[in-house]
Amino acid sequence: MAKTDGKKYKMKLDKGFVGACGGEIIQQMLVDHGVEVLFGFPGGALIPLFDVLYDSSIKLVITRHEQGAIHMAEGYARATGKTGVAIATSGPGATNLVTGLANAYLDSTPIVAITGQVRSNLIGNDAFQEADMTGISRPITKHNFLVGSVDELGRILTEAFHIASTGRPGPVLIDVPVDITINKLSAPADLTMRIPGYKPNVSGHVRQIQSAARVINASKRPLLYVGGGVIHSDATAELRSVQEKGRLPTTTTLMGLGTMDESDPLALQMVGMHGSAPANYAMQECDCLVAVGARFDDRVTGNLDTFAPGATVVHIDIDPTSISKVVKADVPVVGDAKTILAQMVEFIEPTDRTAWLEQIADWKKRYPLGYDSGGKYIKPQTIIEKLGELTDHNAIIATGVGQHQMWTAQFYGFRKPKQIITSGGLGTMGFGVPSAIGAQFACPGATVIDIDGDGSFSMTMGEIVTAVHHALPVKFIVMDNEYLGMVRQWQEMFFDKRYSGTVHPCPDFVKVVEGFGAKGIRVEDPARLTDALQELLDYNDGPAVLIVAVDPEENVYPMVPAGKSLHEMELGRLA
Amino acid sequence: MKHVITALVQNQPGVLAHISGMFAARGFNIDSLVVGRTEDSELSRMTIVVVGDDTVLEQVRKQLGKVIPVVKVRDFTNTENVQRDLLLIRVHASAEKRPAVVDLVNLFRGRVADVARSSVVIELTGTEDKIEAFIDLVRPYGIRELARTGVIAMQRGGRK
Repeated sequence: MAKTDGKKYKMKLDKGFVGACGGEIIQQMLVDHGVEVLFGFPGGALIPLFDVLYDSSIKLVITRHEQGAIHMAEGYARATGKTGVAIATSGPGATNLVTGLANAYLDSTPIVAITGQVRSNLIGNDAFQEADMTGISRPITKHNFLVGSVDELGRILTEAFHIASTGRPGPVLIDVPVDITINKLSAPADLTMRIPGYKPNVSGHVRQIQSAARVINASKRPLLYVGGGVIHSDATAELRSVQEKGRLPTTTTLMGLGTMDESDPLALQMVGMHGSAPANYAMQECDCLVAVGARFDDRVTGNLDTFAPGATVVHIDIDPTSISKVVKADVPVVGDAKTILAQMVEFIEPTDRTAWLEQIADWKKRYPLGYDSGGKYIKPQTIIEKLGELTDHNAIIATGVGQHQMWTAQFYGFRKPKQIITSGGLGTMGFGVPSAIGAQFACPGATVIDIDGDGSFSMTMGEIVTAVHHALPVKFIVMDNEYLGMVRQWQEMFFDKRYSGTVHPCPDFVKVVEGFGAKGIRVEDPARLTDALQELLDYNDGPAVLIVAVDPEENVYPMVPAGKSLHEMELGRLA
Repeated sequence: MKHVITALVQNQPGVLAHISGMFAARGFNIDSLVVGRTEDSELSRMTIVVVGDDTVLEQVRKQLGKVIPVVKVRDFTNTENVQRDLLLIRVHASAEKRPAVVDLVNLFRGRVADVARSSVVIELTGTEDKIEAFIDLVRPYGIRELARTGVIAMQRGGRK
């Protein structure tokens, strides 16, 4: 007989969960899967479950909006590699998760989203707060479930966590009708998974790995192109050994930042639409392109007809659908990056490629990332460079989406995996505030900073209240140019500065965040910037927000215009 | 180019919606899609005819394999296989014209499933080519209504 310890529900269920209600089963299984924090918002369909959670040791973080909850779960997952869990009620609560699900899907973040649903016998009847969440989320989840009975609840939760966290990670949604959370289990639960069609390929084929190494060894101008997959796979050490043995120059995607120290001579920084010029030239001039955990996104390739014209392509990825989807792979290697790189290193031969390395060093000398400093305005790039110095390039950095995001990628100087928390594939404005909060919950002792723009910040700034409730020392920097900067830049470059819809008047952010209960600081004078940043970093009694008035018409360079090739970048001041 | 692919999928609600949704989202050109039970009550077999070149076919195969309830994908391109499609067709046939229509039915080894005063419903099974040929030949008589199941296929030789 399970002990209740005077509590209303059993927190430690008997083996087989006999006699437990659905809510107790969910609570138990979350604990069994190592869930320590649950981000969400209650509602009618969740009341029985929340009654169970009232007694649970799992920390329940109630947010201002369900979108905040799922982005927090994403920030939590990206900072740790653990599966983030979000919970929302039926109908509008669940539909408010859609953006986060799509975001997690495109960036392969492990998430389990639990949504309440109306009573089983009301499904399909246009009931109050009913939404066909399995239908709505099907294209943006790795898989989803509608729980049919309390008997299958345990098995479904086991399958959900397994699917979310293995292979190419991704979001999994479980739709739980309210009656299931109340019904009690009479026969012992069978948790054995029944997903015969799911067998992610982990170890690569040895002959493919040898082929890849042969191609690399024979090449004169190789380039490693590293994406987020290397971070998901925890493969930075294995990557390092391959890089060093082969003396292989390396560029990363936005999602791959932190897989190598950017001060290393082999590092080319980010590639693509706003990547560094050396990275883009190297991509176009290489004769062997080794993609690891990256998917040839259009932000990286530019015009596909002229992309990497002379390159033999090796593509190492855990998802076979990514291989040869955009760019034909000459040597495809399906499997987990860590496993494959560990096997591949013994076949890599140290090869003399002095000419190529000299060419790369020359590009780095002639076209470093940079900007014009000076003038009356604070430059956004300066903020990021200074922040990098003051935090020793060691903080966890979340961002929104836009110019500020690109400058963060270019100028912070990432050193470790799981350091940058940003929305790559979906490009979700508003991701910064909640994902930083989620990361702070995940890493209580770490310095976590959201670098944001006024546009993105405005979308989800309400979640700062959530951080105040939990006295989180999370920090936010808002680069305020009162424009939607990235779109304004395109309008300046291609639409005669017709700033349609991009003029973005802002409230007094300091007053707003102080009203939330956070510390607010504003700085406009370049001479005061360092002190203001230090004041932000030193405040640890709760959330703190630094608003920086920046040069309103600063542009991100380099830029590869739409339809152009990588080497046809606009170089800005470097031209 | 048309390719036939079969997928063994878990017999669960929503799987058909999942797969057809995936095809729509990816913009694949699907000529026909048939799904039905198999000898195993836990599994259904889906037969899909895809229009496209080898690159498209490879993506279709891989995307299908990625769908969690899909257990096994088989590509019938360049294999010895049996393909069948079932046609039901209502052809205009007054009493005078009926013998000519029935004659065609017999030549194609089909069956008359229903007779009405001025039309007949014909049932015909066969390869796509055979079905297309029959439709062409009865068209002059007037086609009132037409329904096809789409292709199902099975490899020749022993069970793999």
